[in-house]
Amino acid sequence: MTGKPKLYYFDGRGKMESIRWLLAAAGIEFEEEFLETREQYEKLLQDGALLFQQVPMVEINGMKMVQTRAILSYIAAKYNLYGKDLKERALIDMYVEGTTDLMMLIITYPFLSAKDKEKQLSVIIDKATKRYFPVYEKILKDHGQDFLVGNQFSWADVQLLEAILMVEEKKSSVLSQFPQLQAFKARISNIPTIKKFLEPGSQRKPIPDDKYIETVKRVLQMSF
Amino acid sequence: MTGKPKLTYFNGRGRMESIRWLLAAAGVEFEEEFLETRAQYQKLIKDGALLFEQVPLVEIDGMKLVQTRAILNYLAAKYKLYGKDLKERAQIDMYVEGTTDLMGMIITFDFTPPKQRNLALIIERATTRYFPVYEKALKQHGQEFLVGSQFSWADVQLLEAILMVEEREPTVLSKFPLLQAFKARMSNIPTIKKFLQPGSPRKPRPDDQYVATVMEVLKKD
Repeated sequence: MTGKPKLYYFDGRGKMESIRWLLAAAGIEFEEEFLETREQYEKLLQDGALLFQQVPMVEINGMKMVQTRAILSYIAAKYNLYGKDLKERALIDMYVEGTTDLMMLIITYPFLSAKDKEKQLSVIIDKATKRYFPVYEKILKDHGQDFLVGNQFSWADVQLLEAILMVEEKKSSVLSQFPQLQAFKARISNIPTIKKFLEPGSQRKPIPDDKYIETVKRVLQMSF
Repeated sequence: MTGKPKLTYFNGRGRMESIRWLLAAAGVEFEEEFLETRAQYQKLIKDGALLFEQVPLVEIDGMKLVQTRAILNYLAAKYKLYGKDLKERAQIDMYVEGTTDLMGMIITFDFTPPKQRNLALIIERATTRYFPVYEKALKQHGQEFLVGSQFSWADVQLLEAILMVEEREPTVLSKFPLLQAFKARMSNIPTIKKFLQPGSPRKPRPDDQYVATVMEVLKKD
C-alpha cells in the first residue's frame, strides 16, 4: 500500500484518460492496474470492487470510486482545482461538460465501422469548430485572464487542453481560426505539471490502436 | 423578475425532469418556459442564451446555466442536498451517476424507433445492475437515507428512477424490500409528497406529441 491513488482500466485512454490528466495536473503520482483479460475483469466483479460492474475504478483515500464524473469531481475538489466558490464551480462544471461531450465523440470513434468513422470524423470537426471551440474562444476573450474561470488554474483548463489536443490529432489545423485557444494551449502546456505529463515516458496514453480496441471488446465481451 | 429559478425546456420530462425533482425536493418554487416551436429555439440561440446551443437551460442567481449535471450540482450544493463533506459528496455523486445512467436508458427509449426498442434490457439492468446496489447500500448503511444521516440528492434521484422504471414494469421492486420501504418513506417527505400530487410541475410520461415536438424543434431525423 503506497497511499497513491490506484487506477483500474485498460492500457489506453478511454474514459480514464481525463482522470490521468487531472491527477497529473495536480502533481499527484498514481499507480495503474491494466485490464488485459476477461478473468481479471470477472475477478474484480466477484470481489465486489466495481459498484456498477464498470470501469474506470479508482482506489483513493480508502474508497473504491467508480463513475468518471464522480471521480473527477472528487479529485478536482480535493486538489483545489474546482474554483473558489459555488458560482465558479458552476462555471467549471458547465465548461467541463462541454469538453466531455466533445471528447466522447472521439472516445467512441475507434469502435465504429470504417463507414461510420468517416461520418463521425466530420461530425467531430464540425462540432469542435462550430459549437465548442467558439465558446471557449469567446470565454477567454471576454474573461481576459490566463485561465477559463476566476484567476486560477482549474479542472476546466485541464480538460480544455486535453480536448484541444485530441481534436488536433484528428485535424492538425483545427485551431487556425482560434487565436485565443492557440495562446491558451501554449500557456497551459507550459505549466510544469502539464509539461511533465506531455513528455514521453509519462502515464499519458497514446491514440487507441487496434490492439486496444480488441482488448476492450474481449474483456467486456462487447458484441460490436 | 420574480427571483425564482426559470427553466427553459420542452413541456415534458426529458433531461429537465431530474432538475424539477431536485428543486421540488428542496421546496424551491420555479417558473417554466416551454419550447414549442423551432423559431423559439432559434431565438434563444441567436440571443446567446444557450452556451452550447442546447437545453436544459436554468436561469438562477444571475446565471444562465446549461448542462444538466452542472445545473444539478449547483442546486444540490446551494440547497444543502450534497452531504456534509467531500467524501459524502463523492458517495452521492457515484449513486447519482448510476441512477442517471438507468434513467438515461428510459429517456432514449422513447426516441428509439419502436422496432429497435429494448424494454427487456432496461428491466434487466434495473434489476441486476442498479437496484441491487441501492438495496445493498440501504441495508449496509442502515439509515433512512442513502448517504450520511440526511436527505440528499441521491435519495431524490433514486426515487425518481424507481418510479420511472415502475411505470414500465409495475412489479420491478418485488425482490427489493428495502427499496420498497425507501420508496414509501421518501414519497412521504412533505416536499416530495406535494410534487407527487396532481397539479404539480411534475411532467407525465412522454407521449407521441412530446416526441414529435422535440424532433421538430431540434430538427432531429
